[in-house]
Amino acid sequence: MSDVIVVGAGVVGAACAYYAARAGLDVTVIDRGPVAGGTTGSGEGNVLVSDKEPGPELELAVLSNRLWRTLAGHGGFEFEAKGGLVVAETSEIQRRLVDLAAKQDVEHAVVPAGALRDYEPHLAPGLAGGVFYPQDAQVQPMLAAATLLKHGADKYGRGTLRLRLGVGVTGFIRSGERVTGVRTTHGDVLGGAVVNAAGTWGGEVAALAGVRLPVLPRRGFILVTEPLSEPLIRHKVYTAAYVTNVASDSAGLETSAVVEGTVAGTVLIGASRERVGFDRTTSVPVLARLAGQAVALFPVLRGVRVIRSYCGFRPYCPDHLPVIGADPRVPGLYHACGHEGAGIGLAPATGHLLAQVLSGARPDLDLSPFRPDRFPEEAS
Amino acid sequence: MTFAITVDGRSVPVVPGQTIGAALHAAGIRSWRATRFGARPRGLFCGIGVCFDCLISVNGRAPERACLVEAAPGDEVTTS
Amino acid sequence: MTDVVTDEARAGEGVTYDLVVVGGGPAGVAGALTAALAGLRVALVDSSARLGGQYFRHTAVPARAPGLDRFLRQARALSDRAEVLSRHQVWSVTREPDGDLLVHANSPEGGAVAVRGRRLLIATGAYDRPLPFPGWDLPGVLTAGGAQALLKGNGVVAGRRVVVSGTGPFLLPVATGLAAAGAKVLGVYEAGGGLGLARHPLLALGKAGEAAGYAVSLARHRVPYLTRHAVVEAHGEREVEAVTVARLGRRWNVLATRIVECDTVAVGYGFVPQIDLGVQLGCATRHDVDGSPILETDAAQRTTVPMVWAAGEPTGVGGWRLAEIEGRIAGRSIIAHRRAPGAGVEVAAGEVAGVLARRRDRWRAFGAALQQAYPVEPGWQGWLRDDTLVCRCEEVPLARIREAQELGATDARSIKLLARPGMGWCQGRICGYAVACLAGEPQQPPRRPIAQPVTLGALSDTDTPHDSAH
Repeated sequence: MSDVIVVGAGVVGAACAYYAARAGLDVTVIDRGPVAGGTTGSGEGNVLVSDKEPGPELELAVLSNRLWRTLAGHGGFEFEAKGGLVVAETSEIQRRLVDLAAKQDVEHAVVPAGALRDYEPHLAPGLAGGVFYPQDAQVQPMLAAATLLKHGADKYGRGTLRLRLGVGVTGFIRSGERVTGVRTTHGDVLGGAVVNAAGTWGGEVAALAGVRLPVLPRRGFILVTEPLSEPLIRHKVYTAAYVTNVASDSAGLETSAVVEGTVAGTVLIGASRERVGFDRTTSVPVLARLAGQAVALFPVLRGVRVIRSYCGFRPYCPDHLPVIGADPRVPGLYHACGHEGAGIGLAPATGHLLAQVLSGARPDLDLSPFRPDRFPEEAS
Repeated sequence: MTFAITVDGRSVPVVPGQTIGAALHAAGIRSWRATRFGARPRGLFCGIGVCFDCLISVNGRAPERACLVEAAPGDEVTTS
Repeated sequence: MTDVVTDEARAGEGVTYDLVVVGGGPAGVAGALTAALAGLRVALVDSSARLGGQYFRHTAVPARAPGLDRFLRQARALSDRAEVLSRHQVWSVTREPDGDLLVHANSPEGGAVAVRGRRLLIATGAYDRPLPFPGWDLPGVLTAGGAQALLKGNGVVAGRRVVVSGTGPFLLPVATGLAAAGAKVLGVYEAGGGLGLARHPLLALGKAGEAAGYAVSLARHRVPYLTRHAVVEAHGEREVEAVTVARLGRRWNVLATRIVECDTVAVGYGFVPQIDLGVQLGCATRHDVDGSPILETDAAQRTTVPMVWAAGEPTGVGGWRLAEIEGRIAGRSIIAHRRAPGAGVEVAAGEVAGVLARRRDRWRAFGAALQQAYPVEPGWQGWLRDDTLVCRCEEVPLARIREAQELGATDARSIKLLARPGMGWCQGRICGYAVACLAGEPQQPPRRPIAQPVTLGALSDTDTPHDSAH
């Protein structure tokens, strides 16, 4: 019997397990697949503060940014603080970007049009300026998740972090109202608390416990270029439209240019957002739009070849905030899911805060904006 | 019946219809690229456009598969 | 509404072909020609400069080879009756809202081409399945098909002192071809078998003439043929200078070794059917006798996706004769479909009943028997060392794959995500089989939404409607 059962071995589940183990709790992590086989494995590894509106999510992002640096210090994966550059097509947009940056209250530098190429020599001419965020960073998400689980198991105590992969959760065990474990494809697992860290599939896990959690898949495609011998793009570069798209409620297709170089020499190009269920069919028109936007931002990319593409499903909640904390409707059930496209970035803070709740400590941040029962009961 | 291409300034004979990769291999040039991480030498491997080991720059263009590109008279090839 | 009316309605906005064929080998050419002879409007898209695929690959001035004359006549007949787009690399096939299929390709100049068709025939062939071993990335180590392509397509003998190794009947034509072209073939090391050339499965399967021909040729050039032997390591600084040849146990564990000096190695352990386009379109797949993912087809060579047919190696490796027959059957089925689009399986099957279907079934059984006779045994994993590269593109050694597994990567996909094998230029075509074996799972159908590299410029140009190539 464990103190805590974490359902989901993605980056959020790994962070929950790590911090819970660090807090002295016995943890069992269960996943129906391998480590990081869901949305974590389809992400770019963004650790961003730049794209968040001031408010609870930004606070979570700032805390997470600090925690990621510490975690990377333990080794096993790199925290690549490449910095993010948001660019504006018009002076009106630039004014809005500068206003937003002032309100965010995170480290940043306003970049006038004439100085953009000091940051990114290959940017298209005619942009109105931008804002540079030095804290924006990237981690290799699968490696980071796997490393957190390994460190959690190696460093904290008596083999108290157990990993059970290829084990699917099929139901909950209860004692009265209280959740006391999960039923799985490989037998029952008992625990004092169950953490739903099932990402895009978090709504399904919640439903097994009889509660509604409106987590929906929001599909995104990524293009990966050939490895370049010399890096053309130094930072994560995106247009202001990205911020509006992230915050949009539309089910229809939205795309904005997000372009970044990687240590492997490839350039990653995103980002598209559309709600089409779990459909993996490649949409060439979407890929074409991503390519067009990237080439518009960096004309030098026109002759660079895309060698592959993949898609993933962001766990989307209607108000774009994750679900973190105890579920008042089901004693013993906790949630840590619904981070949409920011799960990699927000994972450590999520795990840290949830571990505080699990061990009876007062969380460092107010969790009420993330409470699981904040959604109206009828389908949204 | 042959024409020439230049490889790093050196002249290599080509039978019409041969690929750049075949012409180089026939001339005893078996590697023309170094890998990104280990700087390991690479030339032809699959020979039919699948493995991308034989990437080469022809006339200053972005790297192409040497096993697929037919050589043309006067082509200039640079190895790395 | 008949297809003819549909075509005319489209005439103003560019050509819509009755059939687009991808692949210019025996299957593709047979299918395209069959349909074109019946009056269908056909386009064939192929990546090579000359039609032929792997088997009928030929030099600009063709040398003599069995069956080649006939194939070249077919290819010429096809060029007179259909649009043949050579040196076009297809990177995606998509379905338009009206049901038409768009075949997206790179033109030889690097531009974007989209060929529109009502129907598609996937005839994309197969490529060599290599196994990793220490030193396999040294220049001078080629796939067996690579050595063959040099010879047949370019007239270039791969080396002076050549070792041929691997498993399967394909090693025989490669070795005899090299020997006849003047190479000193130091040995054919067949990892499987155990019975020697005199008991070669080709004989058991009634191909006595073919097997005897190879045997005579190998004997004439004094080429030793050793079963239960394989190259397990290649040595050299800048290129291969010698190999370790091992005598193998039943599961391919190494029993004894010796060094053979050579300048070239040709290796092949069977073939990988190229099914990317079918997977893109959502065609159902299954595992062939040897475990390779292949496209599911019915008696009329139809895949499970409407208007999409497949022929040749993508439906199971079986050689050029089977490929050609399947291409012809697909062509007939496509003709029948155009005449009566609403007709069910019976009509389509009726079109292919009789002699063609019987011949196909015989060759299919022969192909399956050969696959069964030459399985890849797991002992090859013992040939690897920690620093042996498994993925050549991303330079991932065995040790990193084992680390990923220790970190919780329990399948090939998560190994790829953690350790990067298969993430490079070739998208796992070369290492995919090995990684699946190391993960202990059957090889999964490949997900390659972009099947060939395409420039961002060309990709973005597909956003606007395109005419066909002409």
